[in-house]
Amino acid sequence: MFIPHTNADRDAMLQAIGVKELEALFLAVPASHRFPELEIPPALSEMEAAAELQEMSLANASTQDLICFLGAGAYRHYTPAAVDAIIRRGEFLTAYTPYQPELSQGTLQAIYEYQSLIAALTGMDVCNASHYDGATAIAEAVSMAYANFRGKRGKVILSPALHPQYRETVHTYAASTPISLQGEDLSPLAGPETLLPLIDINTALVVVQYPDFLGRLFDYTMLAEAVHATGALLAVSVNPMALGMLKTPGEMGADIVTGEGQSLGIPLSYGGPYLGLFTTRKEYVRKMSGRLVGETVDTRGQKAYVLTLTAREQHIRREKATSNICSNQGLIALASAVYLSLLGKNGLRQVSELCYHKAHYAAQQISKLPGFSLESTTPFFNEFVIQCPLPVREVNEHLLEHGILGGYDLGQDYPELSNAMLVAVTEMNTREDIDLLIEALAEVSHG
Amino acid sequence: MNIPQDYKFTKSHEWVKVEGSMATIGISDYAQNQLSDIVFAEIIVAAGDEINKGDSIATIESVKAAADVYCPVSGKVVAINEDLAAAPEVINSDPYGNAWMVKVELTSPDELGQLMDAAAYETFTQEQE
Repeated sequence: MFIPHTNADRDAMLQAIGVKELEALFLAVPASHRFPELEIPPALSEMEAAAELQEMSLANASTQDLICFLGAGAYRHYTPAAVDAIIRRGEFLTAYTPYQPELSQGTLQAIYEYQSLIAALTGMDVCNASHYDGATAIAEAVSMAYANFRGKRGKVILSPALHPQYRETVHTYAASTPISLQGEDLSPLAGPETLLPLIDINTALVVVQYPDFLGRLFDYTMLAEAVHATGALLAVSVNPMALGMLKTPGEMGADIVTGEGQSLGIPLSYGGPYLGLFTTRKEYVRKMSGRLVGETVDTRGQKAYVLTLTAREQHIRREKATSNICSNQGLIALASAVYLSLLGKNGLRQVSELCYHKAHYAAQQISKLPGFSLESTTPFFNEFVIQCPLPVREVNEHLLEHGILGGYDLGQDYPELSNAMLVAVTEMNTREDIDLLIEALAEVSHG
Repeated sequence: MNIPQDYKFTKSHEWVKVEGSMATIGISDYAQNQLSDIVFAEIIVAAGDEINKGDSIATIESVKAAADVYCPVSGKVVAINEDLAAAPEVINSDPYGNAWMVKVELTSPDELGQLMDAAAYETFTQEQE
């Protein structure tokens, strides 16, 4: 064990404060609690400990063992083995945010490539070096829009079909500001047109999701026009996998595009680390949070990478900075950049289309089952809402008996969607998987 | 260093040029020199705004720092320099002329007495070195 202070150090400190012995400092703690009898088993050898941990881990059911139809913001995709092999190189794996950044040209180039890929994917001008996750990224967008109007526009409209956990994070960010959050009490089943009456000259930002939390696809072009007509900004939170085949939010007129980058080669894991995507238009780059890597030439005319526009950041602009985040998810951003570069534009489109077609096959089959119905006729990507004849919890218990991890119980977040399940399908679900789901659900529908 | 004789100055290096009840405001040659290459300027008040002495009127950013520009006088904004955002480098090349930032209709002309004249400002900047 590392103990930073020698006995001589301790004696000197005790003498300085006029205390005879260390124990005297703890007299305020009742004697019975000071040195309690700890009921811990004898120490195990490494081999025994590993075996015990292994056994404990068997109590978990993972997506390795189950057929998974659970999404709701985190999706099971295939990650080529090369992603892990590349990001585990020591130069990448051990690197922390470089404090003398230009010395780490490889790290900066990797971030630059990541930024370029995400900007192209979202159809936007600039992308920062990433945030912690999709929730943080959209919360940063709210801060940015509020700062953009220097606090003169205090209203931010959140679509009720924005991920409930993202909305919660936005509330956390907004709690200590005068920002008023509106729109969440609208029906999640309605489309973006229900947001229109809320938009006024006091509105800083309108936030929607694409595909939205219920999996639906709306073209936000008209919304963007309405938002811009009042001088406000539009932020769109995306699942980047969908952008492999869909019109980009940039083309629709979004001013800020954020997203959860987990779909791009990042494993499912409880609590992350995930990846917050953040892009915007060039005119707002000075209000953007986070680090930004740029490409330039050095004194010898050679290509070089630098941290750029750093005067935006809180270590220079102090309390006037839009954000106090200077950190990023370097390794995870790298993983997504490696994933995207391995797949290429066509590969990504292929994965995207597989998700789309498999999900549509599943939706069609489920809608034929007595007692089950599709909640919406709106186009969707790889996730859709089904109405079940029983509470979702009961349906999922039944599915689990068949080795199937069912969809997300929307009643948790939306009381009006009590028997509604959000089903996610990806390229990892085979036709056999989907047919097994249909058979298991058929048992439910026949009672 | 260039210090026009008919301008008045603040300790935070803004200048004021008064014509009648109208004050034109910018930052001094000393300030632009300290900041070095200016790459961004944003005026954060608009014509018609009532502002008080000490309010922030602009944000400027150089290759090495970000700084706020504070209004040396109270008044009503009559005009802002719309050209500055597209060409912030003018603050380096012509700080007392084309790089003016805002024009203010003075509401408390007495405040001008608290500002430094050219000679006092020159002494002040020498003390800063």
